[in-house]
Amino acid sequence: MVKSKPVRSAPKLPPFQELLDEHGRDVLGFLIASVGPDEAEDCYQEALIAALRSYPGLDHGDNLRGWLLTIAHRKAIDHHRSRSRGALPAGSADEVGGGVAVRDRGLDAAEADGSLWRAVGTLPPKQRSAVMLRFSADMAYRRIGELLDCSPDAARRNVHEGLKKLRGELA
Amino acid sequence: MTNRKTDMTPDSTTRALADALTRRAPGDDRLAAVNAALLERAENEGLVDIAYAQVDSPYGELFLAATSRGVVALGLPNRPADDMVQRLAAEVSPRIMEAPARLDAPRRELDAYFEGKLRDFSVPVDWSLTRGFTDRALHVVAGIPYGRTLSYTEVADRAGNRKAARAAGTACATNPIPLIVPCHRVLPASGIPGNYGGGPEMKRSLLELEGSLPG
Repeated sequence: MVKSKPVRSAPKLPPFQELLDEHGRDVLGFLIASVGPDEAEDCYQEALIAALRSYPGLDHGDNLRGWLLTIAHRKAIDHHRSRSRGALPAGSADEVGGGVAVRDRGLDAAEADGSLWRAVGTLPPKQRSAVMLRFSADMAYRRIGELLDCSPDAARRNVHEGLKKLRGELA
Repeated sequence: MTNRKTDMTPDSTTRALADALTRRAPGDDRLAAVNAALLERAENEGLVDIAYAQVDSPYGELFLAATSRGVVALGLPNRPADDMVQRLAAEVSPRIMEAPARLDAPRRELDAYFEGKLRDFSVPVDWSLTRGFTDRALHVVAGIPYGRTLSYTEVADRAGNRKAARAAGTACATNPIPLIVPCHRVLPASGIPGNYGGGPEMKRSLLELEGSLPG
């Protein structure tokens, strides 16, 4: 070897920019819902820097969306731990349901969603994560279980318990 | 668990939740701002192995890509940029991001070249995409001075195989860094400008710019 040319036996991974273009918005949306609008941007940067760091070493390119959301979820958990509090402190649920939504898409829809978001904010963290991963990330129960470190059945129960509480809150 | 079946069925709450989550997707401006901050940090931490950008030229948009070693790819206007991005991801590194600021130096040199104000590119070249005889032939091409031309046979000869004129042609046709590695300065024996990745008219125009259009 006269020159060092990269020899890649690794699997074909798409350009990182493509991942960002296709999934960045959903990762940010997931984090806004998980940790609130103020902290989401830091978590987003932490998550994608971590992803970029480990990207070339991935042993396959399957379900990269799930991989990114997994990292985002871990960063959200780290964030919760470092703050030792819930993702959406009681006082901020209104802001989350109203403030961001108003900026993003107009007042009427924000009014309609306000109560829903307030209700999501009152869920215990594990149920909230399970619900978010199920509906924001469209993730299968098996995968949610892996993320939350529980069985698929337990993941399903967390989603359903969360939904039941939401119904109660919104009834 | 009396109501398990109901729990399994998408109902209005579920739909409202899913709708709300979808609509809460952050807006374009916000996403662009966080992605700009992300790119800046990724660059600072040395995590962007390849930066790329589209740049204007008198012939249309060019694709430019660079590693820390130098310009690794240049796409002429009629070549799809996405193909280049995919190829770079597969053959050099998947840590490739759109980062126009990192292409400022070659972009400025290309601007000056098209204006006839620059004869020799000084930006370094990364030869990661070339191999074997193509690599040797293109190193010969890189040494052809502004305003001069060689035939494919002469390039082959200087690359170590006088009989490989056809392979020299292939090397030029697959040149990943045209303009900076000036394959437009290689002509068929007949002396006509011949084919070019950017089209024969572009080749003719470049030779005219350099004052070496064959009679």
